[in-house]
Amino acid sequence: MFNVAKKLRAEGILGLNERNANFIMRLNPRRLYPRVDDKSITKQLALDAGMAVPDLYGMIENQREVRNFGDIVAERHSFVVKPAQGSGGDGILVVTGRSQRRRNSFRLSSGLLISKAEIEHHISNIVGGQYSLSGNPDKALIEYCVRFDPTFDEVSYQGVPDVRIIVYRGYPAMAMVRLPTRASDGKANLHQGAVGAGVDMSSGETLTGVLQNDITEEHPDTGALITGLLIPQWNFILQLAARGFDVTGLGYLGVDIVIDRDRGPLILEMNARPGLNIQIANCTGLSKRIKRIDEIYDPAKKAEERARISRKEFPTQRQTSILFDV
Amino acid sequence: MKQKYVYALAILLTVIGVSVFTYKWRVLGFPLTDNQDTTVWTLESAIKFDSGPGSIKVNLLIPTLTPGFRVLNENPVSRGYGFSLNYGSSGREAQWAVRRADGPQTIYYRISVYEDASAEQEDTTPPFPPSPVINEPFKTAVEVLVGDVREHSADTGSFTTELLRRMNDPSPDPNVELLLSSAGNRADFVDTVTMMLAEARIPARMVHGFPLTGQQRHAEPVVWLEVHDGDQWLYFNPSTGEENLPDRFFVWWRGNEPLINVEGGSGVEVDFAVQENHVDAVAIAETYAAKSNARLIDFSLYSLPISTQAVYSVLLMIPIGALIMVVMRNLVGIDAFGTFMPVLIALAFRETQLFWGIVLFTLLVALGLSIRFMLERLRLLLVPRLSAVLIVVVLLMLLISLISHKLGLETGLSVALFPMVIIAMTIERMSVVWEERGPSDAIRGAFGSLVVAMFAYIGMGIGWLEHLIFTFPELLLLILALVLLAGRYTGYRLLELTRFKALAGN
Repeated sequence: MFNVAKKLRAEGILGLNERNANFIMRLNPRRLYPRVDDKSITKQLALDAGMAVPDLYGMIENQREVRNFGDIVAERHSFVVKPAQGSGGDGILVVTGRSQRRRNSFRLSSGLLISKAEIEHHISNIVGGQYSLSGNPDKALIEYCVRFDPTFDEVSYQGVPDVRIIVYRGYPAMAMVRLPTRASDGKANLHQGAVGAGVDMSSGETLTGVLQNDITEEHPDTGALITGLLIPQWNFILQLAARGFDVTGLGYLGVDIVIDRDRGPLILEMNARPGLNIQIANCTGLSKRIKRIDEIYDPAKKAEERARISRKEFPTQRQTSILFDV
Repeated sequence: MKQKYVYALAILLTVIGVSVFTYKWRVLGFPLTDNQDTTVWTLESAIKFDSGPGSIKVNLLIPTLTPGFRVLNENPVSRGYGFSLNYGSSGREAQWAVRRADGPQTIYYRISVYEDASAEQEDTTPPFPPSPVINEPFKTAVEVLVGDVREHSADTGSFTTELLRRMNDPSPDPNVELLLSSAGNRADFVDTVTMMLAEARIPARMVHGFPLTGQQRHAEPVVWLEVHDGDQWLYFNPSTGEENLPDRFFVWWRGNEPLINVEGGSGVEVDFAVQENHVDAVAIAETYAAKSNARLIDFSLYSLPISTQAVYSVLLMIPIGALIMVVMRNLVGIDAFGTFMPVLIALAFRETQLFWGIVLFTLLVALGLSIRFMLERLRLLLVPRLSAVLIVVVLLMLLISLISHKLGLETGLSVALFPMVIIAMTIERMSVVWEERGPSDAIRGAFGSLVVAMFAYIGMGIGWLEHLIFTFPELLLLILALVLLAGRYTGYRLLELTRFKALAGN
């Protein structure tokens, strides 16, 4: 047991306790949390900084406004409903279209039909605070449903794949692509069953993936290889992530980026307590990279430079060998 | 930096906690374990006499310095007498006085003591006694004897032993014979010895006391010899010359003054009785601390009303539960619903016992959850839905109680002790997790909560720990220190070792 701990320590694997005590508590002042915990604020901050985000169609702030839902989506075919203060992807409803016959019936990303009344109930639950971190009343955001880039078509089961980048003191430290599965119900959160694939920081090429703490090379639903995919506009994505630090001021930050086929990389949300499974996806410990960033840290560097430095500092060889060894 | 403060604070808390604990344990004598009894000896002297026509004044010598013993309490018992306490040349004196009394009188003086080796004799070093004035022919005999004994001894101790040996010699030399010719009893004998020690300029005195052994209805005071060697008092058996003290020898009075002096009465009799009791050690420590004006004791939990004490004996275990919670969450890494929900469930387990606790908890949550799923279809707003779940939980508790009562399972009644609000919140949280992340996550969370609750229940149910915390609440500072340290623990959680196992391989 201590042996395992020692090995993990040597590999530079970051544990939850260390993440919380040494990075989140130290680098993420609580007063900055609302910037990422409330997605409506994140969106506004990103827009002010000239960063691309999914368009906001409308916001429902209290129960009385729930009936405005019909008006907000009147012109829309697809949209996403999400709680402003949700966590872990809970409470997100992805509507990809409307029923051919009845306009008041919507089709979810899973293919299921859902009535307008059911969506309104879901919205009122969101507003009531069912999904909010603190249980306080919340806002429901209705926004643009990303039509994701075809790069990941073969390795996604419904839903929207996204790129998660851990940004440490403004430097992108580690990245992974999160691919929805049948088990994750189209959501891109690893603990809900999505597959995460590590990404080579220098090239933007995917490495092996992780599924429920285990290493995998193929998508559980489609069977397609998830390794060796080249993420488009990788440099821009890294720059976007690095700028996430400038916008939020959080020293230990998770930036979630989706790649829209028309609009390119968009900031979906940011997270002040990003998870640690990204280490399994990359077969690398975060501590090592964090240490390196501490060494080269220079507050004067611009986001573009920091992204470039990270590309140079953290290249990864494709580690297909470990799977064939066993 | 912060790490340092945390360590400093933890050390400070530990030092405070441990020192208060040690003081109460070592100095005030609070017991470490429950049901620790201390033997308390009650000595009673009954003074009987016939009253004369005039006013009556009774003087009784009472214990002053009692090496090896501490006084728990003492009280004079008499009817119609005025009582006062005086300090005479041979120590404390109890005085009873009355203007007029009729017939035979009985006055009691009762003292309760307990053994305490640390109760040192706080006596002052006596001055060298003046040379006694002795008439011839005794004077010569004393001088010869003292001179002779001095030749054959090295120090105060050996002098006394040698002197006593010669005085107790079955075939004594003529000088001893002469000196002892008028010594009728042991007290006179010891008096003579004291006189001779005074001739040798050695401070000595007679002590009267009782070896405490079990129940004694008529105890006779035993005479012993006390000799000061310049540093401390030494005790000698006057009839053997050995330097020792009988087991549990309780000194009542010193010197050759009469124990009792009754003015205006006749036919005086003093009778001593000894009784052995066992008293809760905590009570004794309390009394002692109160007597020695230990401020600390004013804040003892034992000074609270009994019913409040009962509440606190449970409440003080919650920090233990919290510590277990911290260990489970941050060191082991078990997921549980709600931060302190398992601790509160564990508190309920105290009443229901573990098996029934788990059965009732599972039953309650399962039933509540299924009804919660039915409510889901009604599409209620959040707060009304939570309230509805709460009401359903209350109804379920009532139902379980009634059914189990009908079935004769009285343990089912204790379901009422579950924290219903917590259960309602757990059900709500679980149902959300169930829908969002699937049944496996929800059940795993509930199972984790139950496991933590079980450990908390076991930890909070340790009897000796409960007593220890209740008697020494300052130990909670230690738990606080531990929790603070755990708050800066940045190592892996136990379950993370499994989680990241794949990464340790290469």
